[in-house]
Amino acid sequence: MNHLLSIEELDRAGIERIIAQAQRFTEVSEREIKKVPALRGRMVLNLFYEASTRTRSSFELAAKRLSADVVNFAASGSSVEKGESLKDTVLTLSAHKPDAIVLRTPWAGASELVSKWCSAAIVNAGDGKHEHPTQALLDVYTLQRRLGSIDGSSIWIVELGCEVRYELGELHTADVVYALRMQNERMHDTWVPSLREYAAWYQLNGRRLTPSQVLMHPGPVNRGVELSGEIVDSPQAVITAQVEAGVVVRMAVLYELLAAARSATAPPPEPAGERGRERVGEGQLA
Amino acid sequence: MSAENLLCGGLQGPPAEILLRDVHVLDPRAGIDRRLDVSVRGGRVAELSEPGAAAAPEEGHETIEGDGRLRLMPAFFDPHVHLRTPGQEHKEDLGSGTRAAAAGGYCGVIAMPNTDPVLDSAPLLRSLRDAAAREARIPVGFLAAVTRGLGGEQLTEMAELRQEGALGFSDDGEPVESAGVLRKALQYQRLCGGVLALHEEDRSLSRNGVMHEGAISAALGLDGIPTVAESTMVARDAELAGYEGARVHFQHLSCAASAEAVAAAKTRGWRASAEVTPHHLLLTDEAVRGMNTSMKMHPPLTSDDDRTALIRALREGTIDCVATDHAPHAREEKEVPFEQAPMGTTGLETAFAALYSGLVLPGELELAVLVERMTAGAALFGLPPAQIAAGRPAEMVLVDLEEQWTAGEHGWHSRSENCCFSGRRLQGRVQLTLAAGRLVHRDRALAPAAA
Repeated sequence: MNHLLSIEELDRAGIERIIAQAQRFTEVSEREIKKVPALRGRMVLNLFYEASTRTRSSFELAAKRLSADVVNFAASGSSVEKGESLKDTVLTLSAHKPDAIVLRTPWAGASELVSKWCSAAIVNAGDGKHEHPTQALLDVYTLQRRLGSIDGSSIWIVELGCEVRYELGELHTADVVYALRMQNERMHDTWVPSLREYAAWYQLNGRRLTPSQVLMHPGPVNRGVELSGEIVDSPQAVITAQVEAGVVVRMAVLYELLAAARSATAPPPEPAGERGRERVGEGQLA
Repeated sequence: MSAENLLCGGLQGPPAEILLRDVHVLDPRAGIDRRLDVSVRGGRVAELSEPGAAAAPEEGHETIEGDGRLRLMPAFFDPHVHLRTPGQEHKEDLGSGTRAAAAGGYCGVIAMPNTDPVLDSAPLLRSLRDAAAREARIPVGFLAAVTRGLGGEQLTEMAELRQEGALGFSDDGEPVESAGVLRKALQYQRLCGGVLALHEEDRSLSRNGVMHEGAISAALGLDGIPTVAESTMVARDAELAGYEGARVHFQHLSCAASAEAVAAAKTRGWRASAEVTPHHLLLTDEAVRGMNTSMKMHPPLTSDDDRTALIRALREGTIDCVATDHAPHAREEKEVPFEQAPMGTTGLETAFAALYSGLVLPGELELAVLVERMTAGAALFGLPPAQIAAGRPAEMVLVDLEEQWTAGEHGWHSRSENCCFSGRRLQGRVQLTLAAGRLVHRDRALAPAAA
């Protein structure tokens, strides 16, 4: 694996390998000294073209726990505001020879584009409304820890605009309910007449969910909008577990990219599963 | 102003003196589809004679042997190109754009007015026509803006622009959003004439869209443009034109519903014509999956059902002609994330080969129909279409229908390289183009062979 650009690049074996590695790093996170030397002397560059404090700090923490050097580069207040193109910013920063670039942009396909311009391993930390593969991995990791296995589970994703069902009458049949935030920054105008109407039709609360259903949310939550306050605080919500999983999964991804796959000499730390990745047809529907 | 004077340029070299021996002449308008000798003297077709019967040319004049294999067709006419002069010469200029057109087999093009500054005043048109007379490889006609600065509000001085040689008017790149403003322009057409060419787009529907709205835009996380953004405006403006008895031309149709609206308008006897681009006839939104910015244009590449409907409409004549909407952009402008890239693909150098390979070879369109549709744009704007007949100025293209080539393999004549067909294997290659009686393009493989 040279880059992590989209979740579709990973086959099941690849996903399971990363999940297993994240499991091992969980143990590290529970130690008093939460650090291993796996990426000592390697450099991870966080290049963020939009504010995403939790994703950035999660990646930063992951890299630091692996002993990598971390440089954070935010587009605001930088050369980007002086009109530098994405390509030139990447070429300039590449001159510092980062081993990995964690890239967050509002533009679909930007990570793939950047991967063609430099030799660093690119981790897509969200490219607009397109892909956010570490989010997918941490969700799987969270669910696997909670449920043991997710094979056969019925998972409902609740968001306006996810055009599968428009009403929530059958919601009780789900094992897992995944709520998404109203992403106002990605909407050029409003999709609902009012938040009140949205909350009335789509808010997940004690009436819509049964206590056995697992509730997920990628954060940040709009309390009182897509989720009621009491459901956020209930034990069925795994929202903070997702945040915890974010760090160990991102550790596993950086480890996979920089330590496991790239060092031909070092023996794989793991009973390596299927190493080769099967690339699913470009842009195939998830 | 006479029809000939409406085009400028293409008179750089000496009049052509050439004998095309035993070429297969295909001229649908003249009803010719057979092997002939065609001799050109002083830039005009001197005679058509039985293969081998033409007299040997004078000393120093060139002879090209067609061996009954090379096709000679009336050269193409493109009513919709962007030559980017003035103001954006880093993308294209009158010279490079018309060299690209000559290489594609064209003997005339019409440039759009969305330049910088916008072509919306007679003095600017005059200077542009002067520049074209000096710099253009083939004749160029100009459309002036419908509204000042393409602002959609105040009409340009249409009558004066017509006197200065505008073939018609268009706000291409922008819709004329207000029905009231368009209606005034249609009424004013009674005074000044000139076709009103319309870029149809309801901005309240297309909004910030960057591709066709559908499953693929959803999968890619890109904002979509629904086809109704175009088709509802086509229907509106066809009816306005019918009401005012005005003459309108619909630019770059991209969907089935728009073609249906044009068909309905024609059935009612409204004076509407329409064009379609090679990319809308050959590509669909599937091509956007790789987020190649050369696949980003307006209107966007649509569904396969739309594409099929456009082919049918072109075949049946609902759509009158092919136009490339040649829209060059510099490399640095296109080498950005998809959402940031400007709209447009180049098309002049690939149009014939792409359509021959993609429609004629698979049997979807007859070659004669393709040639008719690639030459029909001239008459729609009041110009005589190219014809291979004795006494006519030489406006012809010689094509090797068997030669295969890869688009862009030797670079481009255009200053820009943002071609949606780049890298495609194509069949059918222009060998020689004559425009305005001059030899304006010769393929690198075709060495001069003086008799």
